[in-house]
Amino acid sequence: MIENFFKSAEMMEAIEILKTEFLFATWETLYVTILSTAFAIVLGLPLGVLLVAGDQNGVLPLPKSVMQILGVVINLLRSVPFLILMIMVFPLTRLIVGTAVGTTASIVPLVIAAFPFVARLAESSLREVDPNIIETAQSMGTSPFQIITKVMLPESFPSLISNATIAITTILGYSAMSGIIGGGGLGKIAINYGYYRYKYLVMFAAVILLIVLVQIFQSIGTKLAVRTDKRLKGR
Amino acid sequence: MIEIKNLSKTFRTNDGLVEALRNVNITIQDGDIYGIIGMSGAGKSTLVRCINMLERPTSGQVLLDGQDMGALSEKELRYVRRNVTMIFQGFNLLMQRTCLGNICFPLELSGVKKADAKKRAIELLEIVGLPDKANAYPAQLSGGQQQRIAIARALATNPKVLLCDEATSALDPKTTHSILELIRDINQKLGITVIIITHQMSVVEEICNRVAILDDGTVVEEGAVSNIFSNPQSMAAKRLVFPDGTDAMQDYSKDGRCIRIVFNGAAAAGSPLISKMAIEKQVVANILAASTKTIGGKVYGNMLLSVPNDEKKLQETLAYLGAVPDVFTEEVVDRD
Repeated sequence: MIENFFKSAEMMEAIEILKTEFLFATWETLYVTILSTAFAIVLGLPLGVLLVAGDQNGVLPLPKSVMQILGVVINLLRSVPFLILMIMVFPLTRLIVGTAVGTTASIVPLVIAAFPFVARLAESSLREVDPNIIETAQSMGTSPFQIITKVMLPESFPSLISNATIAITTILGYSAMSGIIGGGGLGKIAINYGYYRYKYLVMFAAVILLIVLVQIFQSIGTKLAVRTDKRLKGR
Repeated sequence: MIEIKNLSKTFRTNDGLVEALRNVNITIQDGDIYGIIGMSGAGKSTLVRCINMLERPTSGQVLLDGQDMGALSEKELRYVRRNVTMIFQGFNLLMQRTCLGNICFPLELSGVKKADAKKRAIELLEIVGLPDKANAYPAQLSGGQQQRIAIARALATNPKVLLCDEATSALDPKTTHSILELIRDINQKLGITVIIITHQMSVVEEICNRVAILDDGTVVEEGAVSNIFSNPQSMAAKRLVFPDGTDAMQDYSKDGRCIRIVFNGAAAAGSPLISKMAIEKQVVANILAASTKTIGGKVYGNMLLSVPNDEKKLQETLAYLGAVPDVFTEEVVDRD
């Protein structure tokens, strides 16, 4: 029976699709995920720094109203469902990429959805830095900028790596959704074959590959976070 | 010289205004090891943070060699802070940097070349007695070792003043003693003025030459440590000198004379000093109060003796005890 299953037409077709389309789809998924995460970090990390440093007790206190507006904007962006956001940002995508559909175009909504999330993650990492260490740095004559670059960021580096791992795995999940607007990758394959054409085997294969990718990212991230954390060096 | 003039600090909290410091006046001479002691909440930490303007005082001045710290801009202040460095109860090392990196940190800030900074850091590791820990991370060190690295870091910029905020409070007695010894060494060899914030009288006894007692935001007593010890005036001082509530100064008989003995690391092993004195000099001494402890075979603390009212005997006693290494004696005169 099992032999029949493997030799069935369905199986043969799935294997054929696997051979011809999966390599490229995996590449597309990686391309979109990594690029989106990189851009999201470029925008989100400074924002996260601002959220912590600009606090009333922070190293560079900003007016309360500015901080409140910042908080509201971030929460607003985070509460728009990704599916809707993708469509909402069409004009912006067109402006940046030239077209609103396709693999590269899907990076724009991904970045816009992810950077407020990254900002919040960075914020939580940076808040972990012992305020006494910051005070000590101030007692040595450190400028606010130096505190950010020489104390807050290096001291929270392992935690930032952990949170970057959470970001990349989440963005990977979101990237699968961009199949809806013609974004390529494993998500598109799962939707096109599984949802539209009832080829569940192909869908399962795509999902399994997504799971494997998440596992790889997670274990690399965890390992890196542990290795870079000098607090964990044995006594 | 550090002059603190009419310093007050008020905090705005949810429960209204809290006066942490009220009209504090202290003068600290160059080369002093100056203790500021008080119970929790007396305002010690606020006071020390006002010295380097980590807290801006509400009113009053802090003059460092005549320069008004409060009048400096943030930028000028950052520069001055290299001359007034600080160590803390929690050590506060950068956990993601090696010991060498930690010591280089303040040098990096002041733009010293990497190679020069490293050279200086290695020198400092030598001074604090941890030359082999250059590449270790703080998490790999004990508390006492971490504090040594913190001291090395504080010394990196050749400061004039070292502020110690409860620097030994997280350490065991033996380590406390070794850290205090290091601080004394630094004071003597490098001529750095040291200000020590503490709630432990034993710390003041051991290394300070002057002390201010802070109670509820005001200085209730100030002076040479020996005076405060022998004749505490304020309730706060009495509580600190005799924590067990012994009000010895009230009790000692009017016809006797009183001697204060300070043990500053005297060898304790096998020498019952007071009994020996009684036998050899025939001095009948009465121990009125004692607060001593033995650390690593050495005695620290102080003792109040009452001896008969006889000038000759008294002088003999003072001379006898004073001849013992690391013991300091003086007659206590009731000032009332």
